[in-house]
Order: sequence, then C-alpha cells, then structure tokens
Amino acid sequence: MDIRLEHASLHWQQHCVFSDLNLDLPSGLWTSILGQSGVGKSSLLQLLCGIADDAEIGGTLTCSDGKPLSGRVAWMAQDDLLLPWLNVLDNVLLGARLSQKRNVRPEQKELAHYLLSQVGLGDKADVRPSDLSGGQRQRVALARTLFQDRPLVCMDEPFSALDAINRLRLQDLAASLLSERTVLMITHDPLEALRLSDRILVLQGQPARLSNPIEPQGDTPRSVRDEALLHLQGELLTLLAQECA
Amino acid sequence: MSQLLRPVIIALGLTLLWQCIVWTTDAPRYILPGPLSVIATLIEQLPLLLRHAGVTLAEILIGLLLGVVLGLISALSLATWGGLKRWLMPVLVISQAIPVFALAPVLMLWLGYGMASKIAMATLIIYFPVTAACFDGLRQTPTAYLKLARTLGADKRTQLLQIRLPAALPAFGSGLRVAASVAPIGAVVGEWVGSSTGLGYLMLNANARMQVDLMFAALLILALIAVSLYFLIDLIARRLVPWQSDTLNSPTTGRSRSR
Repeated sequence: MDIRLEHASLHWQQHCVFSDLNLDLPSGLWTSILGQSGVGKSSLLQLLCGIADDAEIGGTLTCSDGKPLSGRVAWMAQDDLLLPWLNVLDNVLLGARLSQKRNVRPEQKELAHYLLSQVGLGDKADVRPSDLSGGQRQRVALARTLFQDRPLVCMDEPFSALDAINRLRLQDLAASLLSERTVLMITHDPLEALRLSDRILVLQGQPARLSNPIEPQGDTPRSVRDEALLHLQGELLTLLAQECA
Repeated sequence: MSQLLRPVIIALGLTLLWQCIVWTTDAPRYILPGPLSVIATLIEQLPLLLRHAGVTLAEILIGLLLGVVLGLISALSLATWGGLKRWLMPVLVISQAIPVFALAPVLMLWLGYGMASKIAMATLIIYFPVTAACFDGLRQTPTAYLKLARTLGADKRTQLLQIRLPAALPAFGSGLRVAASVAPIGAVVGEWVGSSTGLGYLMLNANARMQVDLMFAALLILALIAVSLYFLIDLIARRLVPWQSDTLNSPTTGRSRSR
C-alpha cells in the first residue's frame, strides 16, 4: 500500500513549521527523514500517526487502497514508553489489551512470545520493564510495534538513546524484522539513515522543506565500513551543516 | 533485629524522659501522672478502654473507607467529564476552606450523637485530600503514554481505566497516607463535640474528673491505633505500586534498607 501526503501544513502556536509539503511512502520501502532537532520531523511523523495534538494541521493523506490511514499506523517513539505496571509480555500485548475486544486470545499470546524470542528476550516475558536495560527496553518496544502488524510503521528516533554498539545491533535487528514493510523513520543520524533506508529525505529550512530522495544502493542493513556509504554520510553531514551556517 | 530493637529503645527513652520530668518538677498526679501509674491505670481499666477504642476504631475505619471511595469516584468523574471540573472544583475548594471542626456542631445537630456524625467528620476530613491527590495523579499522565494508547486504538474509557488509573496509583497512595493520618483527628474531634462513647468522649470525661492517668491511657491507645493504621495503609500503598522504586532507600543514595 503506497501512502501519499500532499500539501501538508502544520502550524504550532501561530508559527509555521511547514506548509505545502509533499511526501510519498512507497509500499514495502524504508524511508528515512533526516534533519536537525526542532526542524519539525517529529511533528510530521505525529501528523501521519494522527497524534499531532495542539497543532493546526492541513493537507490530504491518501492510501493506494482508498481507505483512510487512521488506525493503520504503528508508532514507535524515542522513549520506549513501556508501561511500568505491566510485565514485558503484557507490554508487547498492549495492542490487544487496549483494543475494544479486550480479552487476549491464546494465539496472540503465542505471537507475543515468538516476537520476544525474535528480539532476543524470550526468557524475559515475566520481568517488569524497570529490570531491563535501555537496549532491552527498546527491543521490547520493537516487539510491541511488530505485534501491532500495521501497514505503516512510524519510528521517531528509535535508537537515539542507545549506546553505539547497542544501536548497531538494534538497527540490524530492526532491518531484518521490518524488511518488506513500509517504514518511515525519523533520525538525526546520517549513518543510521544510510544503513537502513531505501530512500532518504532531508528536512530543513524554516518553514521546513523536503529534499529530493537519496537512494543508497545495496541490501540493508548496510555495513558501516562500506566506502560508498561513508562517502554519502560525509555529503549528508555537509548538507546538514550548511543549513546551520 | 536492630529494626525491632530501635522502636523499643525510642519508647523506653521517651518514657524515661517523662519519668524524669515527673521527678524533677514534682508535679501532682492530677497534672502529670508518671508513666508507671498510667500503665497501671491502662491495665486496670483495659475493658473500659477497649470498649471505647472499638467505637473510635470503627468510626475511623468506616470514615476512611467512605472518604477514600468517595474521593476516588469524584476524581474519576472529574477526569472523565472535563466540564464537571469547572463546576465541582470551586465547591470542593470552598468545602475545604471551611474548617471541618467548625462543622462538627452542625453535623451533631443533623446526624445525632451516635456514630454517624463522627463517621461523617472523618469522611469529610479525608475526602478533599484523597480527591485532590487522585485527580492530580489522573491529570498528570505522561502524554506520550496516551498518544501510544491512541495509536493502539484505545477509546477514552480504556485510556482512563488502563493508562490513567494505573499511572495515578502512586499519587493515590500519597492520598491514602494523608487520609490515614487525618482520619483519627476527624473521629476524635467529633467525639469531643458530643458523644457518649469513644476514646474522645472518655478523654474529655476523665479530664473533667481529674482522672488524668485515665486520659493519658486513652491517649496512648489512640496513638497506638493511629500509628498502626498509618503503617498498615503505608504497606497497602506500597503493595499497590510494586513497580515504583523507593529512591530514598536505594543503594544509589548511600542509605540501605536494613539499617
């Protein structure tokens, strides 16, 4: 399912964050939006997820199957947002627990266990989130996002709170678990965008505009030692720094 | 071991201080009785004291239950219907601005000299702190939790019951602790204003008859009830939020739980 956002505008407290913005999310591709802090990346993502509160929004959102997008987006934030009063398994099952049907079916439980083992936390199902490390918590958040099984996955700087090694591991994990899905990821790390994405857009300026897509070659997740990738990282950093000056 | 020993040492120390004051000031029995004569009276009059203590305890517990349930329901209603807040909040604040002690004679007039007026006192004195604490807790849910719940398809009611309510439990626990510490005040003040049973009545009566040792014995039992109630509620409040870590007792601040 392709998703297309046209003539989108977002005003926050009389301040124009962006207007007349167009964004295409082709089906099955991983699109990343790169930009500095405060440029409006998160606002754009929350607009797509339908949770851009306190902001005036405009524009049209169309899906190639003709149905509305609302209720078909999974949102993964920078903060893992695990509920401290639920154990790990129930956090993964949150989508089922909060839905109108209420009772959790056995096969849903099985799926949650399977997803936990996929993210390498099969033995932590009964543990409370407070007993997990930051990397483990974000893995649970990833499992929760996968459990929702939505056509579009929106991720807001999902790995930025992790240390370098954990970040690389989680990027690899996310790339393998989210392949074939339509993903939109917000990040300020050019290397992260280059490792994982099929298309990279740069959001910058005031009001913010999207650049033309950059399409790195090769299968994801790409190696951090890839020459072409490092060259592109240099170019992207120069581009971002220009805006600063 | 030291955990059990410490309260005993504190109690003994205070008793010793009390006895020293009696010795040095040479106060007459009807002004300040020594600890030994108070304990003698306590044992001697135990059946009488227990009978009155039972009444007071019942008033405190029923008042506590009513106040907490009413407070919780009010807080949930305030959180559910935004418009209600504008109408009910001023009423709540005004109700709190009138000292409950000033209402005691009126309550006595309306509800009689029995237990009902004392239960009403205890309920009234608890109601506002519990409502305010719960409402604050319900109101201050992290917005990101609610946004997540919305992307997961949760309706308003589910958000309130499954996200806001559990997130408010720590605040509810604080409200419970305040309630536990003020509920005995409500009950005893009610008894002072007019009653024929209860520890408050017994104290006032003993005071009038210069039976100061009996008054002190009643006071001792009242203190015992209040302290046990507080620790019981504190325990329940902790059980309510097992995920909350107590940072004052954690090793990171250098103080350990055992000492």
